[in-house]
Amino acid sequence: MTPISYFLQRGTAMLMVPLIITHLALIIMAVQGGLSAEEILARTRGSMLWAGFYGVFVFAASIHAGIGMQTILREWTPLGRLASANIGHMLITVLWILGARAIYAVVWA
Amino acid sequence: MSIDGITRASRAHPGFVAALVHRLSGLALALFLPMHFLVLGLALEADSFTSVIAWTNQPLVKISEALMVGALAVHFAGGVRLLAVEFFGLTRAQSVWIACAFAFGLGVGVLFLMRAF
Repeated sequence: MTPISYFLQRGTAMLMVPLIITHLALIIMAVQGGLSAEEILARTRGSMLWAGFYGVFVFAASIHAGIGMQTILREWTPLGRLASANIGHMLITVLWILGARAIYAVVWA
Repeated sequence: MSIDGITRASRAHPGFVAALVHRLSGLALALFLPMHFLVLGLALEADSFTSVIAWTNQPLVKISEALMVGALAVHFAGGVRLLAVEFFGLTRAQSVWIACAFAFGLGVGVLFLMRAF
């Protein structure tokens, strides 16, 4: 892991501590009595608060997942440093795009 | 002690188990995230979103979701433990207790929320 990767991995981890606590609490509350599309959208539609919350969450979780994947590929597969880094960066990009699309879908669509 | 012996001895160490659990839970979460985002993106088409959320109410899907929530909680506690060791100069034993205390506090808070709403 390069110094920049290390800094990003620990930084995103710290940033996500309060986000994960909130996310876990919300999951447990929301799942009571089963999930429904209306219930989810009633909470998120038009909410700038949730858009901001999930925006930061997607941004940080994507970086964290990409760097983690890069480390695992480097250590557990025969892939070299460059190939592992490329796959990690691709994962970050894909997650940013899919995450932004998901936020747009539940807040604005 | 041979190299192999050292490897085996280190694998019996709780730190090795903690690192392995952290890595496997992280891998599971990284593979789950694209699917999670794709499903939420279905909200762009109201009917698809309604049916996919209804589909998640099946017992097997609920069990899989519970495993993912568990993976998130375990990865969270393991991460807090790692941050405690690296940034607060704590010993590994102290960090394990901090992670346990954190997980306990989180569990109690979540149980309260379940009753409060």
